[in-house]
Amino acid sequence: MSVEVSNQYNIEYVENFSNKYNEPEWMQRFRKNAFTKAEQLDMPKPDKTNITRWNFSDFAHEAEGKAIASLDKLPENIKKFVNTKANQQNLVILRNQSKSYQHLSETLKQQGVIFTDIFTALHEHADLVQKYYMTEAVSIDEHKLTALHAALMNGGVFLYVPKDVVVEEPLQAIFWQEDPQLALFNHVIIVAEQNSQVTYVENYLSSHNETKTVANVITEVIAENNATVSFGSVDHFAHGTTTYMNRRGVAKRDAKIEWALGQMNDGNTVSENITHLLGDHSVCYAKAVSVGRGDQTQNFTAKIVNHGKQSDGIILQHGVMKDSATAIFHGIGKIEHGGTKANAEQESRVLMLSKDARGDANPILLIDEDDVTAGHAASVGRVDPVQLYYLMSRGISKQEAERLIIHGFLAPVVNEIPIPEVREQLTDVIEGKVY
Amino acid sequence: MVKVKIKLFFKILYIIFLGGIGMSGSTLEIKDLHVEIEGKEILKGVNLTVKGGEFHAIMGPNGTGKSTLASAIMGHPKYEVTKGSILMDGEDVLEMEVDERAKAGLFLAMQYPSEISGVTTSDFLRSSINAHREEGDEIPLMKFIKEMDQVMDYLDMDKNMAQRYLNEGFSGGEKKRNEILQLMLLKPAIGILDEIDSGLDIDALKVVSKGINKLRNEAFGCLIITHYQRLLNYVTPDYVHVMMQGRVVKSGGPELVERLESEGYDWIKQELGIEDETVGVDA
Repeated sequence: MSVEVSNQYNIEYVENFSNKYNEPEWMQRFRKNAFTKAEQLDMPKPDKTNITRWNFSDFAHEAEGKAIASLDKLPENIKKFVNTKANQQNLVILRNQSKSYQHLSETLKQQGVIFTDIFTALHEHADLVQKYYMTEAVSIDEHKLTALHAALMNGGVFLYVPKDVVVEEPLQAIFWQEDPQLALFNHVIIVAEQNSQVTYVENYLSSHNETKTVANVITEVIAENNATVSFGSVDHFAHGTTTYMNRRGVAKRDAKIEWALGQMNDGNTVSENITHLLGDHSVCYAKAVSVGRGDQTQNFTAKIVNHGKQSDGIILQHGVMKDSATAIFHGIGKIEHGGTKANAEQESRVLMLSKDARGDANPILLIDEDDVTAGHAASVGRVDPVQLYYLMSRGISKQEAERLIIHGFLAPVVNEIPIPEVREQLTDVIEGKVY
Repeated sequence: MVKVKIKLFFKILYIIFLGGIGMSGSTLEIKDLHVEIEGKEILKGVNLTVKGGEFHAIMGPNGTGKSTLASAIMGHPKYEVTKGSILMDGEDVLEMEVDERAKAGLFLAMQYPSEISGVTTSDFLRSSINAHREEGDEIPLMKFIKEMDQVMDYLDMDKNMAQRYLNEGFSGGEKKRNEILQLMLLKPAIGILDEIDSGLDIDALKVVSKGINKLRNEAFGCLIITHYQRLLNYVTPDYVHVMMQGRVVKSGGPELVERLESEGYDWIKQELGIEDETVGVDA
């Protein structure tokens, strides 16, 4: 059975893997417990997408990566995501599952900012990691994939910003899946303590189109009272990679989480981005763009749950579908009882570039409180022939006119990506996927 | 070496020759044009010739086919030409894609310009200008900004508009100025202005007129579509045509504008025995 993911792995394997990294005892217990659960739990059942035949079992779990002496030595396809001129860019590069490069400014270190790979963090800041590792945002027993993730986690980063610290420059992580078979069970934790601010941008990169493997990624963002976290990403896993991407946020009182996600995978993907607005006056902007091509099937969920009073959640997702790609965009705004004067807005739009492409927008509002505001807009359509006519009437070719319209359609998210290099690369990736 | 020099000599001659033609302007010829929208015939045999240096006004009540004529010339996807021809300097315009029509020298300032989210006005303008230039000979950024700023100043436009998304959230007046801005930057051989005056207050109308008049020269031909006389108080046409029932039913000089202003259209209807001047559908 294709969903049977445990045939080549067992409790002993998990224990040995943990020993190899000298993990704290709690982590090893955590992994073993998760593995037992993974064997019992069912696969997730994403709404309107059948994933039972997707590859979740064929992958390698271990591959080392060499350290990089300097950023100049990076291959071009990785280097272009990095601002090599700014020597002082705060950056972690994971090559396969090894930390390959790391830089964090002295100032930030002195301020108590932690930004390192997850294995180092487990050694140096075990208590902090334990406090947040699948405790507040994601739990191990949601389904088979979350449990398996917890059992087999093999990379990731830990970012911690202490109380009152405002990090001006964006921090960047690059996850470079160099080994074609290596599955990334990547775990990212971002903790922003009270009154702190941080901007984080990550890139997932792989380029081996034919080899089958898996990405099972969990990201947890915790914004404590009055903290602000801006999170940007470009996911670009290759065609052979089946991806389960789970990004979860928890915002406390007056906290703000902003997501700008470039979901550019070329393989089958389930991607969910859920934020809980726990505190009063907390805010979340969840913006995502996607391009589907070839024969890939994708299932996207953007969900914001308003618990706090006067909390404000805004979802915006725009997708472009070409070839015979299929995608569904779920937009879910949920206001819990007690979320007085909360606001839940969402907009999902899908642009279809070919007759065989399929895209659906599925807007849902679930409201358990009377005194709230909510709204949704959804559309699925083709490039507007009258817009094309207008642009072409100025001499612009049909291809260039389409390009302008598509870039314009994706601009609300592309323009939000905080690192210029990453923004340019996202534009390039879009260009590459659309043409 | 001699061969190369001779080639160069011919090239220079050719450029001088072309330049000469450019100065005398282009000719747009519309012959017996019939146009349908969704199966309904709106234009029923329009004949009209516009040459470089000439300003033509097309007037007429609502629903007589004026805007359809403009859209059909530019190639709007909803309009189907069923009979007749449109020639630009002898070339068959109806065979051209919309962008090719623009490159042949046609420009339409639209009554309802599209709003395009995510594309800044400035990026759009630069793409438009570059579309008229050879690949590898794109307009340098600074030169572009300078030209754009100059024209925007001339049209009394807010510079922030260049960074706003194309026509998105623009007021009616801003959209019309933006059309004239494009007209002035692209410098076409033949400009067609489709109700450029509708929805403009008097100050905006003066600014827009100032822009149109600045383009007046030997090489530029203009077709101004309006059903108000007031624009023509600022931009004096050389020829005036009246459309009714999908045809040009009367042509004359600028004196026609004055008569229409004082007497309206009824005398033409009486003269020609027309009861209902419209084409029967919203055109």
